[in-house]
Amino acid sequence: MDRVWELREQYVSDFFVTLYLAAGGLLLGGLLGLVVGTALYVTRSGGIAPSRAVHTALNLVVNVFRPIPFILLAIALQSAVRGLGVTAIGNTYAIIVIVVASTFGIARIVEQNLLSVDTGVLEAARSMGASRTRVVFTVLIPEAYGLLVLGFTFATVAIVDMTAVVGVIAADGLGNLALTYGQRQFNPWVTWTAIALVILIVQTVQFAGNAWARKVLRR
Amino acid sequence: MAIIEIEGVTKAYPARKGGSPVTAVDDVSLSIEAGEIVGVVGYSGAGKSTLVRLVNALEPATSGTIRVDGTEVTGLGERGLQKVRLGIGMIFQQFNLMHSRTVYGNVAFPLVVAGLSRQERHERIVELLTFVGLAEKAHAWPEQLSGGQKQRVAIARALATNPSILLADEATSALDPETTVEVLDLLRRVNDELGITIVVITHEMEVVKSIADRVVVMEQGRIVEEGPAFDIFARPRHEATRRFVRTLVDDVPDERAVEHLRTRHRGRLVTVTFRDDEATSGGSAQTAVFAELVARSVEFEIVFGGMEDVQGRAFGHLTLELRGADADVDAALGRLRELVPLTEVDPAREVG
Repeated sequence: MDRVWELREQYVSDFFVTLYLAAGGLLLGGLLGLVVGTALYVTRSGGIAPSRAVHTALNLVVNVFRPIPFILLAIALQSAVRGLGVTAIGNTYAIIVIVVASTFGIARIVEQNLLSVDTGVLEAARSMGASRTRVVFTVLIPEAYGLLVLGFTFATVAIVDMTAVVGVIAADGLGNLALTYGQRQFNPWVTWTAIALVILIVQTVQFAGNAWARKVLRR
Repeated sequence: MAIIEIEGVTKAYPARKGGSPVTAVDDVSLSIEAGEIVGVVGYSGAGKSTLVRLVNALEPATSGTIRVDGTEVTGLGERGLQKVRLGIGMIFQQFNLMHSRTVYGNVAFPLVVAGLSRQERHERIVELLTFVGLAEKAHAWPEQLSGGQKQRVAIARALATNPSILLADEATSALDPETTVEVLDLLRRVNDELGITIVVITHEMEVVKSIADRVVVMEQGRIVEEGPAFDIFARPRHEATRRFVRTLVDDVPDERAVEHLRTRHRGRLVTVTFRDDEATSGGSAQTAVFAELVARSVEFEIVFGGMEDVQGRAFGHLTLELRGADADVDAALGRLRELVPLTEVDPAREVG
């Protein structure tokens, strides 16, 4: 218990690092995921802008990256990133890996959310002379908004999960703190305090996401 | 002047895995005059929904040409089509309102597409919602409306850009009979007051009867019959048309119906057909027929059939049981044949 108090500054800084990693991953990965997911949706056969070639290619990429366990992806991307002349350890690299992993995960979530939009509404919008681009941005995405909020909430929780293991690539955060000061120094109090903070983050995200979605969905 | 001209149009969908290609619309030609209400009737899968979607090019035609208001739609690029679509409103069975927008926002959508300013949009929205009688619902969300109200909002939205054509795809099929009447009344007003040409797709003859000037019957992607509404109802030629008309008015009783009638009626059964446009000189055919029977002291009873009114003209088929001396009945039938079309029902089982 005393040890937890001694590490208080460490907790505070790692708490914010976790938030930083999660926020960075969510923002960039979320944006890319939205783009890839929407592209998957519109290019499917019978979609708004069907293209077998684009759809197949995107599908392939998503299917290759998505099943890779995050911790292996974190290691595997090191050589590629070094090849680009970027340091392949630390917090920045951790964000890169989180973005890659979350992009493909979120893409699928987005695609599924969009599939639940009634295509009749899209047809109606097109019958009113709206261009495809307008249909996507002013009808499709707004119609899926509530579900997308729930999807992104789910994705955020998964991203917080990812931040827990980036210690292996020398990034900081609550996960790393738990491993370094808790597990390796045989102090379960330290570990559980870190876990409690992670739970706090996840609960807050979940609560905020649900409230937001309820407001959008009006139920 | 024809506002929609469809010439030799075919729409084929490529074969799905393990299936054969589907020809949804098969070499259809149809011309629709400005200001008329045309009812397109057919069972599901007859190709009628596809046909209207070819008109505003939501589906591209495989071959043939379609001209809307003088513009050839077939072969236009996406940009050109968007312009054409501003002149064609469309409403749907499931209303297709955007749930992310209020009533106001839904009606605003096409006006934004058309590039109106905020102020112009506002004026137009108020005008449209007043026209459909929903001004006080402007800030309601779609789920707070009844089915009929949703369809009225959809109509307001479809009319927003002052189209000259309104396509109604099974627009009343999801509504109860009472609400259907309300929506049809509104469509009639759209036609009367705004002069908008309306194409109504439906499988309900009731809808066609109450609104259409002209009727087109489709089966398996082809037009099998078309003509003025009264003619289609009173003189259906194609079997599909006859089946549709029968959903509204019985004609000659079929075998089962005859069997049923025979349990109570032992006399001669004849079906007489009345059509308002065939009125005999000096009064209606009905008056003449019944007067004739009374004069020949033939007792009669109406046992089957009915009369309907299409565009202010009556038509129908009445099956009568005739009782009396054989000679009297025969004489009466002879005279009746001169007055109206007459079918003897089940003559083989005639009971004296």
